[in-house]
Amino acid sequence: MRKQIEGSRAIAEAVARCRPQVVPAYPITPQTHIVEAIGAMAKDGSLPGCQFITVESEFGAMSAAIGASAAGSRAYTATASQGLLYMAEALFNAAGLGLPVVMTVANRAIGAPINIWNDHSDSMSQRDCGWIQLYAKDNQAAADLHVIAFALAEELSVPVMVCVDGFVLTHAFEPIDLPSPEQVDTFLPPYHPRQFLDPADPVSIGAMVGPEAYTEVRYLSNYQLGQAADVFPTLARRYGAGVGRTVRAVESYRTDGAETVIVALGSVSGTAQELVDELAADVGVLTLTMFRPFPYAEVRAALAGARRVVVLERSFSPGAGGVVSADVRTALMGSSAQISTVIAGLGGRAVSKASLRQMLADLDAGRLGAMTFLDLRRDAVEREITRLHRSRDTGPHALSVLRESGVPASRIG
Amino acid sequence: MTAAELLSVAAFLDGREAQAFPSFGSERMGAPVMAFCRVDDRPIRVREPVTEPDAVVVQDATLLHHVELFAGLAPEGYVLINSAHSWTDLGLDELRDRHRTERLVTLPASDIAREHTGRPLPNTSLLGGLAALTGVVTIGSVEQALRDRFHGAVAEGNVAAARAAYRQTHGVVHA
Repeated sequence: MRKQIEGSRAIAEAVARCRPQVVPAYPITPQTHIVEAIGAMAKDGSLPGCQFITVESEFGAMSAAIGASAAGSRAYTATASQGLLYMAEALFNAAGLGLPVVMTVANRAIGAPINIWNDHSDSMSQRDCGWIQLYAKDNQAAADLHVIAFALAEELSVPVMVCVDGFVLTHAFEPIDLPSPEQVDTFLPPYHPRQFLDPADPVSIGAMVGPEAYTEVRYLSNYQLGQAADVFPTLARRYGAGVGRTVRAVESYRTDGAETVIVALGSVSGTAQELVDELAADVGVLTLTMFRPFPYAEVRAALAGARRVVVLERSFSPGAGGVVSADVRTALMGSSAQISTVIAGLGGRAVSKASLRQMLADLDAGRLGAMTFLDLRRDAVEREITRLHRSRDTGPHALSVLRESGVPASRIG
Repeated sequence: MTAAELLSVAAFLDGREAQAFPSFGSERMGAPVMAFCRVDDRPIRVREPVTEPDAVVVQDATLLHHVELFAGLAPEGYVLINSAHSWTDLGLDELRDRHRTERLVTLPASDIAREHTGRPLPNTSLLGGLAALTGVVTIGSVEQALRDRFHGAVAEGNVAAARAAYRQTHGVVHA
């Protein structure tokens, strides 16, 4: 039954219906509402069999999740931004140990300068930690993906990150059809670990592996992660059949016969879909729900007919360019399609239909370069660059740009 | 933000599609906050802030001249301001001259809230006022949304405040 609820609440309820056994939690905006809600459920008895642990840090949260998972429990946590970075070492451990932890990342920018608003810098910075990464396009997808994530993680013994745009989705109220407890129970069996620490039969996991076997262990981790490309669609179909919805690793919208396709992850794809409905030109939208493993075959197939591809990214790799674009380029190797990278929505800057419309007009006019920052206030950066070259005593960029713009507060959207 | 959330719940209860989301200026109590709500008859996919509102609700009239609140408002748009003062007192003669005056209402929402709930939180009174001014949601759904969110005396106090504000605004608009 559809309910009008907050995204964070929907995620918390979906996770609760997956019956997590251990939830170590540490608060950080904009993720906090999720673990607060799960904590309240654990306390009031509506989440039986769940140990909710308030830990001292995000490093502690992931370490506790690793311990719980290694002991054979279904473990879940959530974080964002600097919190994810503080977990970095433990993230690699969870993946390396093959522990099926599920975690929500309420996507938020990374400092400095400190910024609490949405972009994908946090999860993209951890794209190589060996976790499966799924991105939710809306809160319905966020709720559904968490249920699938537990099944996927446990099937493969690989941890899964479900990335949800902070504030834009986590704090948005919208109609959400939560899977019923019965539907979740039918889809998701109790956790049956491939390996777990048993005092009756002690083993070491995560012990030293030298050059004689490290490559093989890493190869097998990568093999196991890669399995998700086949296992996710199977699970998503089964889940979708149970709840009457469609969940796809890659979602094509009006891409058939489209000359231009916008590739996007997360909530911006809804805005892009609205825009292409209004356009006379043939423009489609390709939404990547699965980012790791990268769905090369699906992306190549979906973009086969496109002459121009615009990859819309909410983060970038300084000194290199678009993170997602690099993978899209690999998927399209040998194709003659023109690929442009557009960096948009950094640190909570709203990505509007008007800006995306202008972006497509620039593309038509040949004005869109290989990499563009959407809605960049060019005058502000050019003034600062001039100052940089004129004097050594410039102070921090953040101060100059804020002073010059006279903006009392930033915005999200 | 609570008002935008409750408005979206009321619209949902009326059988419509709705989306509400905040725009936090900075993370501290009392900081200026904007929140947005869209109501439609088809699923809402767009995620950008509302820049051309059909209605603007101002909870704190001291912010009126700090932020460009009415820039995107169409001449036939609605404005509801939490204030006991006149448009002239608020320095909004120019806005009044540009708009349909029967769609511009000031409502002493904090006073109504204090009377019915004991606390000067104008959210729910403004919702009642907005329902009367625009008809975008029914007062019945506003009441239901309040009872879903709050319990016991708090719920009933807020329902009474919303109803009182609805009646008062209805009286002004249809005078």
